Amino acid sequence: MAEQKVAERKRPGDGAAPHSELIGATRAESRGLIETWWQEMSEADAEGRPVANVFVMGSIAEILRCFDLPMSFPEITSLQTAVRGKQMEMLVAAEDYGYSPDICGYVKVDVGLHLTGRNHPSGKLPRPALVVSPNTCNTYIKWSEIWERMYGCPVFVLDLPGWRGTGGSVLPGSEEFERDRRYVEGQLRELIALCERITGKTLDLDRLREVMGEVNALAGLYDEVVAENKHHPAPFDAMLDGLNYMGIANAYRGDSRGTAFMRLARDELRERVRLGMGAIPDEKYRLLLIGTACYSHFRRFLELFHSWGGVFAHSEYMSFAGGGIDRGIRYELERPIESMAEQILWSAQQSFSGIFFSQDWQARIVREWDIDGICFHGIKSCRTVSTGLPDEREWQMRTNDIPGLFIQSDLVDARLWSDAQMKNRIDAFFEALASRKAAARR
Amino acid sequence: MTDDLTQLIHETRELVEDLDYPAARRWLEQNPGGKVLGHFQVYFPEELAHAAGMLPIKLAGASSALQVRQADARFAAFVCSIIRSSLESVLAGRADFLSMFVTHPICDAARHSCGVWARNLPDIPCQVLYLPHNVRSAYAPEYLESEYRRIAGVIEEVAGRELTDDALRASIELFNENRRLLRELYRIKRETPWLISTVEAYLLTRAGTVMPREEHNELLRRALPLVEARDAKSQDKIRVVFEGGFCEQPPLEMLAVIQDACYVVDDDFLIGLRWLTEDVPAGDNPYASLARAYIETSSYSPVQRDPEKLKEEMLLARIRAAGAEAAIVAAAKMCEPGLEEQVSYSRALDDAGIPHLVMEFEEKTNVFEQVRMEVETFAESLLFEFA
Ligand code: SF4
Ligand code: SF4
Repeated sequence: MAEQKVAERKRPGDGAAPHSELIGATRAESRGLIETWWQEMSEADAEGRPVANVFVMGSIAEILRCFDLPMSFPEITSLQTAVRGKQMEMLVAAEDYGYSPDICGYVKVDVGLHLTGRNHPSGKLPRPALVVSPNTCNTYIKWSEIWERMYGCPVFVLDLPGWRGTGGSVLPGSEEFERDRRYVEGQLRELIALCERITGKTLDLDRLREVMGEVNALAGLYDEVVAENKHHPAPFDAMLDGLNYMGIANAYRGDSRGTAFMRLARDELRERVRLGMGAIPDEKYRLLLIGTACYSHFRRFLELFHSWGGVFAHSEYMSFAGGGIDRGIRYELERPIESMAEQILWSAQQSFSGIFFSQDWQARIVREWDIDGICFHGIKSCRTVSTGLPDEREWQMRTNDIPGLFIQSDLVDARLWSDAQMKNRIDAFFEALASRKAAARR
Repeated sequence: MTDDLTQLIHETRELVEDLDYPAARRWLEQNPGGKVLGHFQVYFPEELAHAAGMLPIKLAGASSALQVRQADARFAAFVCSIIRSSLESVLAGRADFLSMFVTHPICDAARHSCGVWARNLPDIPCQVLYLPHNVRSAYAPEYLESEYRRIAGVIEEVAGRELTDDALRASIELFNENRRLLRELYRIKRETPWLISTVEAYLLTRAGTVMPREEHNELLRRALPLVEARDAKSQDKIRVVFEGGFCEQPPLEMLAVIQDACYVVDDDFLIGLRWLTEDVPAGDNPYASLARAYIETSSYSPVQRDPEKLKEEMLLARIRAAGAEAAIVAAAKMCEPGLEEQVSYSRALDDAGIPHLVMEFEEKTNVFEQVRMEVETFAESLLFEFA
């Protein structure tokens, strides 16, 4: 609390040194890392070395890294295609091939890329030699089957039994958790055997421990990064810089460069807090985003909130799409595979399938991050994050008196963006927040 | 004068179309204190509920007769209809007698729906039965057995009575009989499709979702000999397989339009009822037997991955086994897995040179002119081609 007050008082111009060299360092570093990631994937593809396609909710980088398998994250590459404005031609290519306008746009952008020569705006998209598909989004499995048909590559479905409904999750220590864990551990061992077959290498347990140690460090730092946004003003926007943190947390999970990046990010954020630098110039409202942003209109999406002084202090996206590392991954390195099974299973329940039952998590974030309102952004592309959002919004208003905005567009499909409608609803939401604040002051 | 079969089908249709689940309500009257378990598509081992004395029913959506009001406000706009109508059935009091609800991780919408159910119906335990997605893992059978035992524990609590192995064995026998009768119905469809229309066969199958299995067995035992004894002649219609009815169900009127032009000699309507393709030997460990059957002797659908049963190959095999000349490859509107699979089915059929019609449907559609035109044009072009 005391720290927050200091942060609130110190604003640029208050006498603190405004030009620390840390400021802006994270963005520059993340650009470099993403370029390097692309370079590594493109080189592997050019040299005919195997590349694995993996997903953000359960990549199992821990194992793949031990086999020196570069990882391609199609969700990230589809997102980048949209941010670079090239997604519509890919969507059309996939639709011409037969895919419906009503399915996940990430899948279609990727299919479009594969159908048109794998030429991504940032480099050559590799062809997969292996796909590791967790069940954390069912569409992952359908998507993987498309590559299976295109390239005949093996698809390993990593089945992580999730949240079981009323009564919550299957708790560690219970007999049921132990059974789930055995299933997951067995699958991890099968995945290792598959990687050994594909690469001709044997798993080096010391290397695995090293990689897992990096994940432990990364997870701790990621937690700290996310927690920095409890300060007022929030030093980063969860939908802007938060995206970079997530991207690196995925692409460099288990790699010392990722850990170093996250340390840099944390340090820069601390510096920003020290200087009283907020993510936006004049923070008035602190928001939690449930869903994702709209990448076909990314700048505009953010502008509609920022122009009201609204900053995304947190997002559920940073949890599930950050690979679940915010939910406390702490590997025990003396028993690496058993521990990995346990921790991945737990984070899958908490973070990935927890999004279907996330009302309590949302309420806690609202309290701890001092959130004024929740923006539920339903995206046509993604039933995984969007299906029950209207109900969640209503629940939060009814049960916890948390104001919520429900809007709909898409991740990548520009045809689904209606600017006037978005603006009207967002403006009305902020007006309601303003009256609420005024009433609270009276 | 209506014959016995026509009367039976008429009664079955009334039962299936009644949105208030009359057979379940009757069962509750006859079994005071009885509990009903509602499970969502696609497959649920109903034996577990039955062995604990509960009545299992399948929530398979509803036709346009159900006005979806409350559930629409709970879900995003781009979610399929069956998710909404299944919840609406309960919120609107149509299926307000449920004591437990189970869904499965078949798709992202179905997984989300458990959270929505749990928030809106706090008095009904809402569970996800995590059927395995990695069925070829050596660890999957043991896992699935343990998951069946877990859900059996919840069922015991709700039912307020023990679920014994002996009771489970007896239930497996009862359901084996049901599956045998359904296989017989489908054999008749394949071999003599002029004896039973698509709608009639569908109604006889669908009745199993809403009535006690003992009664369904009785219905099929009465109906099948009457069907076989029918005096009907084969007509000049193309033989098709309908694929795409694994979850949301096409409206009956749409099936009627299709049957006017085609013999539907096989299909995947309500495939969960026929998911286990052979008798399950209950054995010493009936949970393990059910788990093994789910993996080893089972059908296929877009929402169940099995690398040893590639779905397009399974479809081609179904077409060949049924002696079909063509296929209708359908998908429910907004059904992510169905729409994705439709593309691979269609490509595989193209490669195999099998004519097919690609279409979308919604359970609540009530205008069929467009469908009629498409199906008739398709059928006529094939009749002309095959002539
Ligand atoms: S449905 Fe959502 S989570 Fe799944 S692949 Fe598409 S965008 Fe990602
Ligand atoms: S129709 Fe498709 S999307 Fe809807 S619940 Fe069924 S499988 Fe899921």
